[in-house]
Parts: sequence; C-alpha cells; structure tokens
Amino acid sequence: MVQNSTDPVGWEHFDHDADVGVRGIGVTQAQAFEQAALALTSIVTQIESVEPRQRIDISAENGDPELLFVDWLDALIFEMATRRMLFSRYKVDIEGERLSARAWGEPVDVNRHQPAVEIKGATLTELKVEEQDEGQWLAQCVVDV
Amino acid sequence: MLSASWMYEMDLSQLIRRDVYEWEIPMRGAMRVPGIIYASQDLIRAMDDKVLEQTANVAMLPGIVSASYAMPDAHWGYGFPIGGVAAFDAEEGGVVSAGGVGFDISCGVRCLHTGVDLDELKQKQVVLADGLYRGIPAGVGSTGKISLSDREMTEMLTGGAAWAIAQGYGRAEDLARIEENGRMQGADPKAVSAHARRRQRDEMGTLGSGNHYLEVQIVSEIFDKKIANVFAIAEGDVVVSIHCGSRGLGHQIGTEYLKEMAQSAAGLGIALPDRELACAPIHSPLAQRYLGAMRSAINCALANRQVITHLTRQVFSEVFGRELQLPLLYDVSHNTCKVEEHLVGGTKMNLHVHRKGATRAFGLDHPDLPQELKAAGQPVLIGGSMGTASYVLAGTGMEIAFGSACHGAGRAMSRHAAKKRWQGRKLVDQLAGRGILIRSPSMRGVAEEAPGAYKDVSSVVDAAQEAGLARVVAKLLPLVCVKG
Repeated sequence: MVQNSTDPVGWEHFDHDADVGVRGIGVTQAQAFEQAALALTSIVTQIESVEPRQRIDISAENGDPELLFVDWLDALIFEMATRRMLFSRYKVDIEGERLSARAWGEPVDVNRHQPAVEIKGATLTELKVEEQDEGQWLAQCVVDV
Repeated sequence: MLSASWMYEMDLSQLIRRDVYEWEIPMRGAMRVPGIIYASQDLIRAMDDKVLEQTANVAMLPGIVSASYAMPDAHWGYGFPIGGVAAFDAEEGGVVSAGGVGFDISCGVRCLHTGVDLDELKQKQVVLADGLYRGIPAGVGSTGKISLSDREMTEMLTGGAAWAIAQGYGRAEDLARIEENGRMQGADPKAVSAHARRRQRDEMGTLGSGNHYLEVQIVSEIFDKKIANVFAIAEGDVVVSIHCGSRGLGHQIGTEYLKEMAQSAAGLGIALPDRELACAPIHSPLAQRYLGAMRSAINCALANRQVITHLTRQVFSEVFGRELQLPLLYDVSHNTCKVEEHLVGGTKMNLHVHRKGATRAFGLDHPDLPQELKAAGQPVLIGGSMGTASYVLAGTGMEIAFGSACHGAGRAMSRHAAKKRWQGRKLVDQLAGRGILIRSPSMRGVAEEAPGAYKDVSSVVDAAQEAGLARVVAKLLPLVCVKG
C-alpha cells in the first residue's frame, strides 16, 4: 500500500477491525499531513480517477499537533460530505498552531469514481504525529467509515 | 503494519471463565470493575486482543457500575470496543463518553412486515429491486428529496420520527414500535453546531454507505413459535429491514464532541488510560451539552428511518398495485447513551448506559414496551452482512449487561483485503444466481461488503442466546439488498 517503503514520502492504510487507518509519511509535518489526506481519498476511490479541477481552501488551528491532524482530516471530511466532492491533490502549510491548506478535486461522479464508502470522521485511535528520524514525519489515525 | 503494544495477548489464561459463555477480565491496575465478555470459546479466540484492552480500559473510567461488558460480536473500536456496554452513576463521578456512543449515533435496524407472500414477491422481485434502488437514495454523494431549513431542522431534532409523521412520512401507530415512542426526550438542538446542521441539510431520507442497507427478506425459520406469534411473524413471511443511522449530523456531532472531550479531560480532572476514551463527568456542562446534541442525533436517526419507511411503502404499493401498509415490527438503535433505571445489588439506580454496537434487549413486562409486546420481550434486530442471514431475537431480562444484546456480525476482514479478494460484479452475479438481487451504485463498495468479509452472524446469535442475553426467535434470509 505504501508506494515504496524506502521512499521518505508516501501513504498507506493500516488495518482496523471495522474501520481503516490512514498514515502519511513526509519530510515535513505538512507533507505527512498531505500524504495522509491522499490515504483518506483512497478509502473512497482511486486517487487517479479524481481530476484536480476545482480548488478549495481549508484552515485549522490547534495547539496540539495531533489534534491539529484530526482537525485537518475532519475539515476534509466535512468538505467532501457537504460539497459532495473528492480530492486528489493537497498542499498544506503549517506555521506553529495554524494550518492552511488547499485541496484540488471535483464533484463525485458515481459511475467514474465508484465511491466505496463515505467517511464519517477521524478518531483519536492510533493517533500519532511525530518526527521519527530527522526529516521523516509520520501522521496517522483510524477513521470511521 | 503497526507495532502496537498489546496489553493482553489473546491468551485465554488471562481470563477467568465464569460460565461456558461468560469470561471475566479480572481487575488489575486502574480497573474499577471487572470486564466481562459474553462469547463462545471460538468467538473469543477469534477476537482481536484490542477488545480485551478496550474493555479493560473502559473499566477504568470514573463512576462505572458493575462491569465493563462486551457482547459476542465485539471488535476493536475507538475507545470503547464495538459491542461494548457500560453504565455510569452520575452521583459517583460517572462520565459520558462520545467515543462510547460512536460517530453514527443511533444507527439501528427497523423491521417492517410486508404482507406480501413469497410467490407474489418472486414474480415482482426484479421490479421491486429496481424500484427500491430508484426510490431510496443510497451511497456516497446521494441526497434526499427533503432539504431542511434551519427551523425545520430544529423541529426534526426535537421531534424524531414523530416529526417525520407530522410531515406526512408514515402513520401515528408506527411510533409505539420505536424505542422512546419515536421521540427522544431531552434533545437540545442548540447543542448541535452549524456544521452538523449543514452536513445534514440534504441527507434526510438517505441510507448512507458502508454496511448500511435496505433488505427485503424472507422469514426462513422460526425458533420460538410463541414469541414469533406475538411478533406476528411466521415462516415464509416477507419482511423489510432497514439499517442506517443519523447520517452526517450524527457523524459531525460525534467528531466535534470527541475532540472537545479529549481536550478538556485533563481540566476536568479525569485521568484517561488513553485519549481515545475522551469523556466528561455527567454533571459537567460539556457532558450535558453532548447529551443534548446526542439526543438530537437520535431523533435525526429515528426521523431518517421513518422517511425511508415511507419511501419503502410507496415503492411496495406501486410495485404490487395496491395500498400496502408495511407496519413496523420494531425499530432498535445500537449506538446510544440512555438514562435508564436498573436494579444493582438490590438498589434501584438511574444510570447512563452506553451501548456502542450493542442493542437494548429489555425483557418481559418492561414498562417501555408497548402493551402487546410485554408478553414476549423487546424485539432485538440483528443485521447480518449482504447476502447472509439476519435474526430476530427477544430480550430476556434486565439482569445481564443492563438488558443488552449483540447487534450484528462484525468484520472478519479489512475493506482492503476484501477488495483484493472479491470483484463486485462477480459477487452480484453469484448472489443473483442464488436468488438474491443486489442493487448498489458502487461495485467496489459491494466487494468491500462481501459476505465472506464478515464473521458468521449465526454463531454470534447462538452465543447471545446461550449467554442469556436474548432468545433467538426467527432467521431472515435476503431476497433483495439495496446497498449504499
């Protein structure tokens, strides 16, 4: 599921009994958040099937980096649900407690995207945001589907 | 994969076998009460170690009463296990936990009698499947025909199924066959955020996705004739089961309060064994706000199943060319926290009972049951997976696990593994060959919900009966399944 496990940048799913774990890895915290968001999209559909035609902006603020990650995923889940959109490209900037991000995608096309399941929310289960080695950030949690 | 640190190995020697179907996690560390899992030896062996860890963690929360329980279908959740039951005493510092209810607040199952016989059904099976698929919005991105203004939303959040009926979705007699008479008291729509309302705006009367479904089923076997008579079901009857919850509104409420509880636990003086157990003392303003919002979400789920019931009645009447009533057998919720009176050690107590992936299973003569069901106990509706059996059980009493029972099968395999193993289109064809028509917008979704990706619900139901949680009354087999 990680495209290449030696690559310092990537995403994967990890197993959970009823739900799915999303994990992003990047050289910065922001990049790990971007990768985890790709893992989120991949729960619903094939990322490649989503054209990055429309841009939306997202911001969040939280003094706790792990809860900032949950806020980020929850904001995306809210946008996916209310705009009925899927996203395939993300750009995240984090400055201190503030996250500002852009997400590119398109409205759900049931035939083309074959969306498997809607995501209800991010949980605090297996929640981790940490710099594991220098220049290797990990961001992960279980999401409820 | 994760290198998680297991608190327990699934080593049965860690457990005390109190009875053939009752396993105790003895008190240790910060546990205030023991953990109790109801299961056969095979089921408990197959459970994830995380069920034991989470059941034990819940036993550490303030004000927990008697024990932290896990049902035979328990599996790894977030904070509480799915299939977990725990009751808290407000006067002993007891807590309310958003994770102990879950994101899909008041997700549940409603079963309708159809009065259509099998021969007639078979003649119209394809038309019915197509009609239900067209008539009931399902799947990612689907919207209902009802779009609620803010004022209408507020009325729905306090009115539940009763609101839906007042809008013309159903009949007044439906209410007696819904928990809380279709309207949860104590809802506080002011505690529901603008985001949660926004998320619900276009989702009234939608099924959702994942393991949610609408099935037309046949009663294939009766195990308890006396109770089946009271429930008015007999072998060969055609019924409809609807499994869905509070849609975007409940998901958003769960999401928001889980985080708020996690961030305020330390300030409220609660030491959590794990942040995912986020909770607040029942008497705190945060817990009271959550309860008000959660009860609003219960009403949303009841209203949603009521609207879907109305749509189902329309489709049935149209397909069979006559007015079909489709009366309710019952409507049960399996993700809730409710204030209930229970006898604990001979003393009557009002407790906040969390059931996450567990249903109420109130016994004979319970005052909350409608008069005509008092002689049988509460109907407990157990959903299987697509293409497999579902069951109707009856509650036996209030003594075990605060009058609770299991809710379903539980996954045996991750979505990813299922997607690799099965192809949606092939599954649909195979099931059609067995007389089961699947209608779904997403073949990938079908693959992820393959019958083989779930545990065997029959063994869960057997264990529930053997443990004394409920009595098995009837088995239902699918004929049509609309899947989100």
